[in-house]
Amino acid sequence: MGAGHSHPLYRATSSPVHALPPHCKIAAVFCFVLAVVATPREALWAFALYALLLAGVAAAARVPAGFLLRRLLVEVPFVAFALLLPFVVPGPRVTVLGLHLGQEGLWGAWNILAKGTLGVAASVLLAATTELRALLLGLQRLRLPSLLVQIAAFMLRYGEVVTDEMRRMRIARESRGFTARGVRHWGVLAKSAGALFIRSYERGERVHLAMVSRGYTGTMPVIQEVTATGAQWARAAALPLAALAVTLTAWAAHP
Amino acid sequence: MTPPPSLQVSGLAFAYPDGHQALFGVDLTIGRGERVALLGPNGAGKTTLVLHLNGILGGGAGSVHVAGLPVEKAHLAEVRRRVGIVFQDPDDQLFMPTVREDVAFGPAAAGLRGAELEERVQEALERVGMAGFADRPPHHLSFGQRRRVAVATVLAMRPEILVLDEPSSNLDPASRRELADVLRSLDVTVLMVTHDLPYALELCERSVILSGGVIAADAPTGELLCDDELMRAHRLELPFGFDPRSVAAPARR
Amino acid sequence: MHVPDGFIDAPVSLGTGAVAAASVAVCLRGARRELSDAQGTDRTAPLAGLVAAFVFAVQMLNFPVAAGTSGHLLGGALAAILVGPYTGVLCISVVLLMQGVLFADGGLTALGVNITDMAVVTTVVAYAVFRLLVKVLPRRRRAVPAAAFAAALVSVPAAACAFTLIYALGGTTDVPLGQVFTAMVGVHVLIGIGEAVITALTVSAVMAVRPDLVHGARGLARPLELRTADGQVTTATPATAPAPAATPRRSVRPLLAGGLAAAVVLAGFVSYYASTSPDGLEKVAHDKGIDRTTKEHAAKDSPLADYQVKDVSDSRLSGGLAGVIGVGATLAAGTGVFLVVRRRDRAADRATDRSPDPAGTA
Repeated sequence: MGAGHSHPLYRATSSPVHALPPHCKIAAVFCFVLAVVATPREALWAFALYALLLAGVAAAARVPAGFLLRRLLVEVPFVAFALLLPFVVPGPRVTVLGLHLGQEGLWGAWNILAKGTLGVAASVLLAATTELRALLLGLQRLRLPSLLVQIAAFMLRYGEVVTDEMRRMRIARESRGFTARGVRHWGVLAKSAGALFIRSYERGERVHLAMVSRGYTGTMPVIQEVTATGAQWARAAALPLAALAVTLTAWAAHP
Repeated sequence: MTPPPSLQVSGLAFAYPDGHQALFGVDLTIGRGERVALLGPNGAGKTTLVLHLNGILGGGAGSVHVAGLPVEKAHLAEVRRRVGIVFQDPDDQLFMPTVREDVAFGPAAAGLRGAELEERVQEALERVGMAGFADRPPHHLSFGQRRRVAVATVLAMRPEILVLDEPSSNLDPASRRELADVLRSLDVTVLMVTHDLPYALELCERSVILSGGVIAADAPTGELLCDDELMRAHRLELPFGFDPRSVAAPARR
Repeated sequence: MHVPDGFIDAPVSLGTGAVAAASVAVCLRGARRELSDAQGTDRTAPLAGLVAAFVFAVQMLNFPVAAGTSGHLLGGALAAILVGPYTGVLCISVVLLMQGVLFADGGLTALGVNITDMAVVTTVVAYAVFRLLVKVLPRRRRAVPAAAFAAALVSVPAAACAFTLIYALGGTTDVPLGQVFTAMVGVHVLIGIGEAVITALTVSAVMAVRPDLVHGARGLARPLELRTADGQVTTATPATAPAPAATPRRSVRPLLAGGLAAAVVLAGFVSYYASTSPDGLEKVAHDKGIDRTTKEHAAKDSPLADYQVKDVSDSRLSGGLAGVIGVGATLAAGTGVFLVVRRRDRAADRATDRSPDPAGTA
């Protein structure tokens, strides 16, 4: 486990995808997912092509398939929802393996599963090939309000510090023989949460003092900036452009 | 013409908005190149005094001058460059994602860019022996390393005076000694707030005791530590078995 | 409950994205006010960052329920009450953004949906309910956790309502909305109870130690006693008294906004009950659907066969109608309540002018 530079999803290798500037990658992934979401669900071949495109990126980024597939688990609650759809959605029915399933519901389930899976896979590829710091710089470069990026940066910097404090509180509780077993113990846990809030807030005040002491006046000095050449943009744009072509073809062929 | 003292505090009094008065007229002058320990019991007003030195607190009576420059709203940026405060918890001080960016923060806020900025960062990290850690995230360093980087973040601003809040707290003996070596090697004025009396004796030729919001004593560190009555009166205690008489006085640079 | 890509269609995703962006922009301004200190210094970045880190961490704190199951805090209501609504929205949004980008938790195109739903609606509804109750309840310390409880309780199903609304606009599958609604709200009322208990306990824990940090209770703080310095005359110019950020001048706008939000929430409940009780419209639709259901009785082996029976193609109509009626009724009721509250507040204000300590020393 480690945050800071790397984060749980980051895979430290070098590859052409890792080398791309972060803002190009974020923009590319976002446009790709948008194209996927806009595809008519009946165009099964289009989704196969998207999957192939992502597989190509994964291969170029040296991200193993197993890693990618494991991370798809994040979707599970919605898979459950999708699986219910064929049963609850009204409309004409078809019989599959002895089950009477709604056609509309089947399409709906397929739609959610396919697009959701592609979306998660694309996000995982982005996270796996981009360092934490680079992600923040990329978001800043993409004109996200700088205050928002600062907040995100502080959150990531202190996320681990605060989590660590929480862990120490748990150890302190358990060392005194306390284990939360049910609703009766919520009061104790909530007291910890309250103490954690106070510590976090007070730390925020101290951090602010430390910043002001070093000349902070409300705006972060620009220390590092990411830039991209035309060639890098072109390489990053390959994915969303291919996806756009697929989407347009799918709509053209759509009855 | 002699240069003005690094720090000149005169008649400083301050009360918090809630009515609690912390300082009752502090007078303190620190010459250029001196290393001074600020001792005192908890609640004596040490932190309040420190926060006055770079103008975070103000609005009471009296005045503070840093190398001749009055601490006033008009000069705050320059005052904060000249006074480098190293806070007690390095996690509060190191708020940027990487060591390099953290050390660069101060000079960059002062307007430095590019190669000049990079040079400052390298120089500051070398002076604390952390040059090889520039690209590491701060929380992957040991506590002692973080404390040294915290010193570097302030050194990068080339301060007139370095103010350290409990520099030896939570350090293991080796890190404590390493930090002492770093501090001894620096060519800046140092004001060190500490409860670690042997550390004060080791590093600072002069000590002042802040007690009840006023300077209660100001003398060579060895003399102060040997004055049992004075020490008791201000709740200062030496560690068990430590005899300041048996230790050689700190060497002047 | 992070919505993935493909759940909501592209136009509505972009639309909610715009809503989310606008909300975050507004909150960036508002948070500066909420987080500035007595001198008015801008401390937004470090403080909001630390609060976001706190929310991120506290979502990992497990609250055991029973038999190995456990829940955790969502944190929208808690953040709103502890640090104020603007900062609350901002912090939850940042947490969602980072979860989407770093952990692939919640789709990138669904970010707008997630922020609108979980950050904006939850936080704003919670804060509106909280402020309303703090004003209505007796001005005691104990009123704060009670109000926090109700705020969190309402905020979670409110988010479910908002989600259903978004789904009605841009859901990729035509699920009978009545069912989505019933299921979503039903489940989230349960979650809301847990959230409410934890939020109230946490708020009261903070109240016990640092009541000044609880943004929603700043108006209730007793004036600090000033001790004079012993003998010595100091010319300290006491910095401007901490601005009572939580007791803004009673302008009509927040009142209206709060009223509307409360009305929408209440409307949710009203239409919820309206849609579960078989009213006339639904009964007709039910009868119409029977021919289809009887045909499918052959499929009794399917464990979920029951779900189909209630299916009514017109449930959207009935739900919608109920909703409209509900909003109308609650708006009327809400306006009435607010008028009463305002009058009471004005009376209280006049009383304040006469006696300096309206909170009493109890």
